[in-house]
Amino acid sequence: MEPIMAVVIGVIYATAIYMMLRRSIVKLVIGLILISNAANLLIFATAGMTRDAPPLIPMNGGPMAEVIADPLPQALVLTAIVIAFGVLSFAVVLIRRAYQIVGVDDMDQMKDTDT
Amino acid sequence: MQIAVLAGFALAILVPLLSRWCGGRTGLILALYPASIAFWLVSLAPEVLQSGGIYFEQAWAPSLGLSLSFWLDGLSLLFGLLISGIGTLIIIYASGYLHGHPQLARFYVLILSFMSSMLGVVMADGLMTLFVFWELTSITSYLLIGFNHEDAAARKSALQGLLVTFTGGLALMSGLILLNVVGGSWSLQTLLNDGETLREHALYLPMLLCLLGGAFTKSAQFPFHFWLPNAMAAPTPVSAYLHSATMVKAGIYLMARLQPGLGGTEAWTTILCVIGAITMVVGAFLAIRFTGIKKVLAYSTVMALGTLTMLLGIGGEAAMIAFVTFLTAHSLYKGALFMVAGALDHETGTKDIDEMGGLCRFMPVTAACAFVAALSLGGVIPLFGFVAKELLFEAVLDAPRFTGFLIGMSLLASVLVVAAAGIVALRPFFGALKETPKTPHEAPPSMLAGPCVLAGLSLVLGFMPWLAGDGLLNAAAGAVMGTEVVTDLYLWHGLNTALMMSMVSLGVGLLVCWRWPGVRGVIHRFSPVLDRGPEAGYWKLMDLLVRVAEWQTRLLQSGYMRNYLILTLLSFTGLTGYTLLVRHGPVFDLALDVRLQEVVVALVIAASAIVACMMRSRLAAVAAAGVMGFGIALIFLLFSAPDLAITQLLIETLTVILLILVLFRMPQFSSLSTPMERVRDMFVAIITGGLMTLLMLTVLGQDLFTSISEYMIDNSVPLGHGHNIVNVILVDFRALDTLGEIFVLSLAAIGVLAMLRLQAKERKTP
Repeated sequence: MEPIMAVVIGVIYATAIYMMLRRSIVKLVIGLILISNAANLLIFATAGMTRDAPPLIPMNGGPMAEVIADPLPQALVLTAIVIAFGVLSFAVVLIRRAYQIVGVDDMDQMKDTDT
Repeated sequence: MQIAVLAGFALAILVPLLSRWCGGRTGLILALYPASIAFWLVSLAPEVLQSGGIYFEQAWAPSLGLSLSFWLDGLSLLFGLLISGIGTLIIIYASGYLHGHPQLARFYVLILSFMSSMLGVVMADGLMTLFVFWELTSITSYLLIGFNHEDAAARKSALQGLLVTFTGGLALMSGLILLNVVGGSWSLQTLLNDGETLREHALYLPMLLCLLGGAFTKSAQFPFHFWLPNAMAAPTPVSAYLHSATMVKAGIYLMARLQPGLGGTEAWTTILCVIGAITMVVGAFLAIRFTGIKKVLAYSTVMALGTLTMLLGIGGEAAMIAFVTFLTAHSLYKGALFMVAGALDHETGTKDIDEMGGLCRFMPVTAACAFVAALSLGGVIPLFGFVAKELLFEAVLDAPRFTGFLIGMSLLASVLVVAAAGIVALRPFFGALKETPKTPHEAPPSMLAGPCVLAGLSLVLGFMPWLAGDGLLNAAAGAVMGTEVVTDLYLWHGLNTALMMSMVSLGVGLLVCWRWPGVRGVIHRFSPVLDRGPEAGYWKLMDLLVRVAEWQTRLLQSGYMRNYLILTLLSFTGLTGYTLLVRHGPVFDLALDVRLQEVVVALVIAASAIVACMMRSRLAAVAAAGVMGFGIALIFLLFSAPDLAITQLLIETLTVILLILVLFRMPQFSSLSTPMERVRDMFVAIITGGLMTLLMLTVLGQDLFTSISEYMIDNSVPLGHGHNIVNVILVDFRALDTLGEIFVLSLAAIGVLAMLRLQAKERKTP
């Protein structure tokens, strides 16, 4: 499954970068969402993908599966998802403020610190 | 030993307090520091002379094999005594010269820091210790040259000195590292004891050039000599101390220090003799071209530095004795002359020799000091300078190579120096009285102490050169040679060729001095040629630097975010792609093991990402991004990450809601870019995305190391008392990460709140 995911991740990265290169600031935000998702998937998939073996230890003290999914990348990605949301919400409110002040959605017109 | 060196920095910190308590007497109190260093060195002298040196070491960065190590031998002792001895006089002198100056305390801070750095340079044994102190002298020198920082010329000169010496400093650092690589040690002592290895190594020449680059820039050797006369923008005590007696000798010290290890080879002799001789003549020649008294002295210092370099190049016992004697004599008379120049400037208000005359009536003591010191500079019997000059000529006559060239250059230089000595000592004091901006009167005692002591020493050592010669100078010369040296110094060497040369130079020199205005007129005609010297090159280089900086700033700092992004991404793909494809080679492991539902989800994710960036409608784009997010949640679910799936679902829902709420108030998407721009962006996007895919495929084929989560799996229940390992990692094993995450979220929340509140307030005001 990992090679397919590699292609999917490449596609998400490409779309994210394309969106981040647009002049519209709203598209930049969508680019941000895409790129953080791509990064999360990258970490998750590179660590190896395991089916039907969540990193849980049976409550009754029963035996554990032979192979279980690596819990560490999962913990890292979990943190990353939440932080990406924090960054995103900040960015969204920021561009909303910027739009209110500058009055345009075009990044080329936000070059100066004076506006 | 390290206490003695570092005490100066400590004292420098205390100066502001001290100057508040002691007022005008601060200078005298601070002078106790160099004075006590001098006494301490004198008390150590017998031990040093007997044992050949004292060593001290303290661990600094043991993991790098670096230590703060000091080494006091004959050479260090001589330099240390000059630094501390002249330093004492300079601080006393400065307290008179800068009396009432609002920034006097700052001056003390800088000069004490400099003094400590300089002591550090001459006593350092570790290469890095040496380098650190070396750079510290450059920095303090920069601050001292620019002491009158409201004067644009002073700032410019200071920067020039700094840039030249720092460029040399970089070369020096490379040289020292090469020295370490070749010799395998950070300790100078160890390295120099094994000179054979150094000299025969393939890297000898690059190493030598780097080290000499450092030494030549610091010691103002041709073609880097121009910064030194410009450094005369500093207050006179600084010029007297840094730019004649001590700092500029740091380069000389370095060469002398390295002589036993690196010296004696053909490259060494050639470079040092030729550059030294050229510097010597250029310095002496330029000295008589100017009328500013400090400029004349500065160029004659350049001449002296050239002479010292040349002597080191010649090598051999006679040259080494001449070297240490000339060094000492020069420090004594040049220090005195600079202080005299400062006194003249201070009391008459001018620095131009043409505007002074007949001052010996008003300033008899100053005149006497100037006279004695200038006799020493000119090398007239019975001054110490005469002894030095005799030794110099003898060494040159004995030179194994370039003998004729060196004799000619030395003779020419000494003629010109005699003229310079006459110009400085005779013209201001004798002849017709001239109108000066200030009514001249004798300088205060604090400003006379220095020149008197130094001129006096020149006289005493002239009659009794063995006072210094037997112990100190022999030990210093021995340290430079690397073997023991026993040479007795005499004032009278008998009637020999050296004496003849001395006489000739004296006679012709006095003639030049007498006819000075005429000579200057002749030189003046060559000005257009002279002005094209290395200094013009320096300014051109500076101009070029500024222009290149402007050009590349305009190019790189365009202010458009996409330009930055494109540049970053292209560099990333270029460098990583090159490494991946060329160095590593594309090795993939394409073993596929898939199920239908997984492929469908993957396709949905990829498709929705593409759709998200093609949509014209904001809502549709957000929805597509949402679909992609939920698809990813499904992937998490399918591949044993239930916690991730839950989190992703929650966050994705929140994101979509947030975007719809906020973007609803933003304008519609409009088509802003041209088709060309789109194609360019697509190109960047596709190669970056493609590279990411390649990278990931490559990584999948490698098994670099086993996962470290074994420990967490094993200890989740016993230590963390939790059955969900991911949760235990988050709140227990990696709890600090989670704490950091909470901080980030809180910061984002505070930021969001602040921006919303700001908005509310603004609405009220209009």
